[in-house]
Amino acid sequence: MFRLRDLQHRYGPRTVLKIPEMDIAPDELLALVGPSGAGKSTLLRLLHFLEKPSKGQLIFEHNRISHQFPVPIAVRREIGMVFQRPELVDGTVWDNVALGLQYRARSSPDQVGKAIEAVELEHLAGAHIRSLSGGELQRVALARVMAIAPRLYLLDEPTANLDPRNVGLVEEIIRDIRREGAAVVLVTHNVYQARRLADRVALLISGDLIEVSPVRQFFEDPQDPRSGAFVRGEMVF
Amino acid sequence: MRTICSLTVVLLALLAAAACGQIPESQNGRDSLRLATTTSTYDSGLLDAILPDFERRAGVRMEVVAVGTGQALEIGRSGDAEVVLVHAPAQEIEFIAAGYGTERYPVMFNDFVIVGPLDDPAGIAAAGSAAQALDRIREAHQPFASRGDNSGTHTKELSLWVQVGGAPEPDSEWYFSLGQGMGETLNFAEQKDAYTLTDRGTFLALRANLPHLELHYGGDSPSENPDPGLYNFYSVIPVNPERHPGLQARLALEFVNWLRSPETQRAIAEFGSETYGMPLFFPNADGAFSP
Amino acid sequence: MSPLGEIVILTIQVSGSALLLAAGFGLPLGALLGLAKFPGARLVQLLIYTGMGLPPVFVGLVVYLLFSRSGPLGSLDWLFTPTAMIVAQSILAFPIAAGLTVAAVRSVSPELVLQVRSLGATPGQERWTILRQARRGVLAAVLAAFGRIVAEVGAVLLVGGNIAGKTRVLSTAIVLETRQGNFGFALALGLVLLGLALIANALFLRLEGVRV
Repeated sequence: MFRLRDLQHRYGPRTVLKIPEMDIAPDELLALVGPSGAGKSTLLRLLHFLEKPSKGQLIFEHNRISHQFPVPIAVRREIGMVFQRPELVDGTVWDNVALGLQYRARSSPDQVGKAIEAVELEHLAGAHIRSLSGGELQRVALARVMAIAPRLYLLDEPTANLDPRNVGLVEEIIRDIRREGAAVVLVTHNVYQARRLADRVALLISGDLIEVSPVRQFFEDPQDPRSGAFVRGEMVF
Repeated sequence: MRTICSLTVVLLALLAAAACGQIPESQNGRDSLRLATTTSTYDSGLLDAILPDFERRAGVRMEVVAVGTGQALEIGRSGDAEVVLVHAPAQEIEFIAAGYGTERYPVMFNDFVIVGPLDDPAGIAAAGSAAQALDRIREAHQPFASRGDNSGTHTKELSLWVQVGGAPEPDSEWYFSLGQGMGETLNFAEQKDAYTLTDRGTFLALRANLPHLELHYGGDSPSENPDPGLYNFYSVIPVNPERHPGLQARLALEFVNWLRSPETQRAIAEFGSETYGMPLFFPNADGAFSP
Repeated sequence: MSPLGEIVILTIQVSGSALLLAAGFGLPLGALLGLAKFPGARLVQLLIYTGMGLPPVFVGLVVYLLFSRSGPLGSLDWLFTPTAMIVAQSILAFPIAAGLTVAAVRSVSPELVLQVRSLGATPGQERWTILRQARRGVLAAVLAAFGRIVAEVGAVLLVGGNIAGKTRVLSTAIVLETRQGNFGFALALGLVLLGLALIANALFLRLEGVRV
C-alpha cells in the first residue's frame, strides 16, 4: 500500500526523520514505537501528506506522492487520521461523525449511524460535544474517521489520555477496524498495546528506523539490541 | 518592548504637560458660581466678553451651562445652578410662581427676524406683521424649520402661529420641527432652502456660513423691526435658596446686581458693534421695554 | 399613529437597515481577512480596528459634508433624511462587524483546522467549517454592531436633523426631551430603547439556537 524509499525530512538544518526503506501492507497493523522525539508523529504527518518530505520517495498505491504536491484530494481522502487530542466542531456527536461524508457530498445516515454504533455512543448521538467526557470525545474522533471508511487509518496515540475502561473500548474498536480490512499505522508509547494489537512493530529512535519486525520476533528475538532494551523499558539513544 | 518604552515616554510627556498647565479649581467650592442660560447668550460670544469682569471683581469662577430655555429652568428647579438667564417670559413667571426663583430682573433684549431663501419665494418681505409672514409661508407651502425644542425662540414662534389660526401639524410636508439649537436649525434652513425664525444675534454671528439665507422680515436693525412683537426679553433669576440650602444666594445676588450695573449694561450695548456692525443685545436693566 | 409609535417604528427601520448594511459588508470582509492572506491584509485590518473607535460626531460631520448642498453628493438630496442616518450608522457599525468577525474567525483553533483538513475537506470546505465554528463570535459581532447603532446619537442628530415625524428616532428624542428639561419622559424613552434592544438581542440569540 505504502512504499517508503530513502525518505528524509528536515526542519531547517536538522534531520528529524531518516528511513532508508519501509513498506506498509494493505491489511496489516503496523505499530510505531520509540521514545519521545523519535519522529513518530513526523512520519504520520508525512504519511498523511500534511507535509512534503525533504527528500526521497513516498509511494502510495501507484502514486509517487513526493512528486505531486499538493496531493490530489481524492488520494488524501483514502486516508483517515485520529489525533492524540481530538478537536471537534461545535455541534452534536452526529454532526461531527457526519462531517467527513458531508465533505464528500455524500449523505449516508446508515454509515453515520453504524460508525456511532461501532464506538458505542448511540445513546449520545444527539448530544452536544460539550457534554462529553474525554474518552467519549476520542471515540467520536474515531467514529468520524470510520464513517468515511478510509483504506488506511493513522492513529496518533489514540489512548494516551484515556482511563483503562476507555483504553479497552478503543482497542476493541481498532480490532473492529482491522476486521473491515483496512490498514492501520498506530503510534503508541505503550509496548504492551503494540504487542496486543500489532502485526509488525517499527522502532524509531532520534529519527532513525532501528528495526521493523513481526510482532513476535520484535518482542522475543529482536534484531537490534536497542529494541530489546526499549521493550524492557530501559533508556535507549 | 520598544513599543512599551515609547508609550511610557508619551505618557510621561503628557503627565508633565498636565502638571505644568493649570490645575482646574474645585468645581463645587465657594469660588465658583453656576449660571444656566440659553444657547443664544453663549453662542453669540456675549458671555465670554463680559463675564471675566465679574470673575475678577468677585474673585469667583463662573460655570456656564448653555442649554435650551426649558432645560435651563429645569436645572434651576433642581438646584443645580445658582442663577438662570433666559428669555421666555411666560415660563419665567411660572418658575417664580412655583417658588423656584426669587424674582425676575430685566437685563436686556434683542429681536427676532425671519430668514429664508435668497429669492423669498413666499414673499414675506412685504408682509404686514411677523404672524402674517408665517401665514404666507404656510400658504405657499414653503419649507419652514422650527426649533421645536420648547426654547424661547420656539415659544415665540408658536405665539406667532396662534395669531394666524394655530401651529401647523408637526407632520406637515413643509413644516420641519427639529428639536435642535438655533445654529443647527439655521444650518438646516441653509441646506434645505427653508425659512426660519431666529434671533438676530445668532443669525449675524453665523451669517458667513449661511450663503443661501437672507433676512427677509425684521429690518436692518432692531430699531427698524416693523413688528414690536418680535422683541425678545432676557431676564436673570436667582434660584430660591430656601428650596435648595447650600446655594450661594449672596453671590447670586451680587451677580444680578453686576449684570444690571451701568458699566455692564454699557458693555452689553457695545458688544458686537465691532464684528457685526451693530449691537446684538440692547440694555434693559431699567425695564423701560417690557413684553 | 402616535408620535411615540412613529419614533419607535423609524428607529427600528433605520437601525435595522444600518445593521443589514454594516453586517452585509462587514461580515464577509471580516471572514476574508480572518481566513485568507493577501497583500495589504494587515493594513486593512489595522484600518478596521482603528475604525472601531470612530467618534460618531466625526462620522456624522463627514456624512453631512458629503451630502450637504455644496458637497460632492449634494445632488442626491439625502441630507436630513432617514437615508443619511442609515449611511452614517452603517459607517459607524461596519468596522465593529468586520473587526469582531476577524477576531472570531482567528480564534478558531489551528489544530481543529488541521483535523478538518485531515477529514478530507477541500480548502473551500475548510473555510466554511471555520466560519461555522466561529458563528458564536460572529453573532457577538452582529450584536455589538447593533448596540452601537441603536444607542448612537451624535451622528444621526447631525445628518438626520431630529425632525419630528420625519427623522426623529429614540436616541435623538431622548436628547431633545433632556434639553427641554423633561427628564422623566426622557428616562421613559430610554427604557423603551432598552426594551427594543432587549427584544432584538433575544431574537438574535434565538436565531442562533440559544434559549432565552
